Amino acid sequence: MTSPLQQKIKITGPSVVTANRTWDGVVIYRTAAKNWTTDLSEAAIVREVDEARALLAEAAADDLGAIGAYIAPVEIGDDGAIEPGNLREQIRSEGLTIGLPVPA
Amino acid sequence: MYAYDELDRTLINERVSEFRDQVRRRLSGELSEDEFKMLRLQNGVYLQLHAYMFRVAIPYGTLSSKQLRQLAHVARRYDRGYGHFTTRQNIQFNWIKLTDLPDALADLAEVGIHAMQTSGNNTRNVTSDQWAGVAPGEIEDPRIWSELLRQYTTLHPEFSFLPRKFKFAITASEHDRAAIKVHDIGLRLHKNAQGETGFEVLVGGGLGRTPFIGKTIKPFVAGRDLLSYVEAILRVYNQYGRRDNIYKARIKILVHELGIEKFAKEVEQEWLQIRDGALALDDAVIEEVRSRFTYPVYENLPNLPEELKKAAHDPKFEAWRKNSVFPHKVPGYAIVTLSLKPVGGPPGDATAEQMDAIADLAEKYSFGEIRVGHEQNLALPHVAKRDLPMLWRALDRIGVATPNINLVSDIIACPGLDYCSLANARSIPIAQEITRRFANHETANLIGRLHINISGCINACGHHHVGHIGILGVEKNGEEFYQITIGGRADEHAVVGTLIGPAVRYGEVADVIEDIVEAYLALRANPDELFIDTVKRLGVEPFRERVYATR
Amino acid sequence: MPLVKNGQISDDPFVHVADGAELPADGAILIPAARFLEDPETLLRRAGKTGVVWPNNRDIDDLVPYLDRLAAVALVFPSFRDGRAYSQARLLRERHRYRGELRATGQVLRDQFVFMLRAGFDTFEVKKESDAEAFAATAKRYSVFYQPTGDGRITALNRRMQLRHSESAGQ
Repeated sequence: MTSPLQQKIKITGPSVVTANRTWDGVVIYRTAAKNWTTDLSEAAIVREVDEARALLAEAAADDLGAIGAYIAPVEIGDDGAIEPGNLREQIRSEGLTIGLPVPA
Repeated sequence: MYAYDELDRTLINERVSEFRDQVRRRLSGELSEDEFKMLRLQNGVYLQLHAYMFRVAIPYGTLSSKQLRQLAHVARRYDRGYGHFTTRQNIQFNWIKLTDLPDALADLAEVGIHAMQTSGNNTRNVTSDQWAGVAPGEIEDPRIWSELLRQYTTLHPEFSFLPRKFKFAITASEHDRAAIKVHDIGLRLHKNAQGETGFEVLVGGGLGRTPFIGKTIKPFVAGRDLLSYVEAILRVYNQYGRRDNIYKARIKILVHELGIEKFAKEVEQEWLQIRDGALALDDAVIEEVRSRFTYPVYENLPNLPEELKKAAHDPKFEAWRKNSVFPHKVPGYAIVTLSLKPVGGPPGDATAEQMDAIADLAEKYSFGEIRVGHEQNLALPHVAKRDLPMLWRALDRIGVATPNINLVSDIIACPGLDYCSLANARSIPIAQEITRRFANHETANLIGRLHINISGCINACGHHHVGHIGILGVEKNGEEFYQITIGGRADEHAVVGTLIGPAVRYGEVADVIEDIVEAYLALRANPDELFIDTVKRLGVEPFRERVYATR
Repeated sequence: MPLVKNGQISDDPFVHVADGAELPADGAILIPAARFLEDPETLLRRAGKTGVVWPNNRDIDDLVPYLDRLAAVALVFPSFRDGRAYSQARLLRERHRYRGELRATGQVLRDQFVFMLRAGFDTFEVKKESDAEAFAATAKRYSVFYQPTGDGRITALNRRMQLRHSESAGQ
């Protein structure tokens, strides 16, 4: 397995570091306060490769708290709101694009 | 049904306690994720987009009512109230917490269900014909052998770290409902010229990035030799299978690179040294396993009971009966398939309430037994024909009597990008849209037998290569695209489908499928010529023209 | 790296001698396969015990002629995911009747102990201290085994047959 730190980092715009929480698998985002949040709007935004690499390294060091940290694209709206940058991240952030068989 | 004894129960309890300890070590930091990943995979725990996914084995697709109720309980207590039946006779729960997994496993162990080797690079759940033991004309019940293989492959000390996953499927019928030709090892029970029962052994079938149809490695292996022969194959694979490239690690690549003759020779050499060893199965051992399968005591019942004649006046019942009720080896009884493909629903999903209700109905009408098929539907295998009208009303009430078995809306689909971390594109909403387009039962019936398979990535969990129409999701510049193949099939005439042209956008898929179906209706020689036969007769070209003429 | 032998953490009498390193005149050594095969006769005549570290991608048939004179064979797990050495171990024990020390080396972790014991390993170079300490408890984790291997543990199928016989004898 290639460590996330050895992976080539390519970012084309604003990005966040995301992972899944170890104990329950829930989607989480790295914050600027070196912590995790389930709320994308609280995620730390990086724009440069070096910045991204540093945030990822620091996040991936938390092997106990989070699994599979990686850099994901986001879009910043005119109002400053953080939106997922692709369909996969949209689904991770907002949930299924279909209804659950059982209403929540 | 196979009845677990004290030994089987002890083993799965020991496995649960081992996994509980592994989870504890992971949560305490004694195990890194890198170390734990393989351990959780060996027990069916994946990490998907939103959560952990838990895959539970339903060996050879046989469940008791009690077991199905326990699956419902797990869905309700530890998940979000539903489960997803897969193409390999497993059920998946999509939202489970790692901290709850040991308890969920312990609850399942109470009814003899486990998740051992439902993922990881080991021998996976042994699958079989969902009509095993009840299909007319079967050589014998293949589940005896499936169970022998289940035990043999469970926690195997030599083959738990193979180059890649390894899947077995067994059939004992002329018509292959277990898709044995697309498995790593496919076994077909048959009788040789001397009238002895044994196995045709196929090896190296599989889908994924490089699809192959399995090749016959030995036309006849006697029952006594089954395990030693399988061990010889696994040993050759364990030693020589490629470990340098995950995409070339399946046995199909080894068989392809060596050639079937050379591979067969290696296996034969190995087998000759072990065939008379401890794995040889004497008749008494086989009988011991056979004796722990119990069968219903069938009644002497009329084949055309009054209840059925009366109900024939109801066109809705008749539509369902003609579509979803199949012949049973015992007169007066039938096999009933329960569609988990309602119009607009996710293929293969069942809610806890449905599972409980089906468990009750199985107790009332099917000797407490339920089957799971690779088409992601369920079946009640021993229904007295006189009970069909009552059963139908009950099934209809819980939404599992859609009369679309084997029709265009009986779609096989993987979870796709809505759930799966490997997926490139969504599968479920594509399936939902297609079922809406073909919601009219008369139209679907007019089209006839047509299997659509959808996979959200090249790993092919939806078996798109062998769908009559196959749909494969790919990603191009951040957008979902779908490649369409036609002419594939998964049965005894298994063949990989042919691409009809360039990939199409998400929003176009259902239109393209409609075009293909319309082309078929215009092209078929007569109303009895099935879609798959028209494609075989005419090839892909006329379908390609139709689909791309206006695109 | 702790060594577990006969179920207990023990001192390792063997010294790993790398390729190119000087060979000690006496004392027990474990030597890489390629170096061993260059001059096996001389090595087997030296004063101390000689064992071989056998890679998992080399046919063990090449080792068979020397088995009865080797003090130890170490089989390698370059990763805990790579299971080739399990096959080599069973072949050494069950086909070639090797009775000397059979050692697991490399990525040897707690959760593989039972498989390794069943395949015929009796000595373990364990990666983590905590795993070595847990050896005895882990080795006892399972009491039911479905497959016959050379370790002599009775399989579930055979136990059932025995139970049947004793039941029918008692009737």
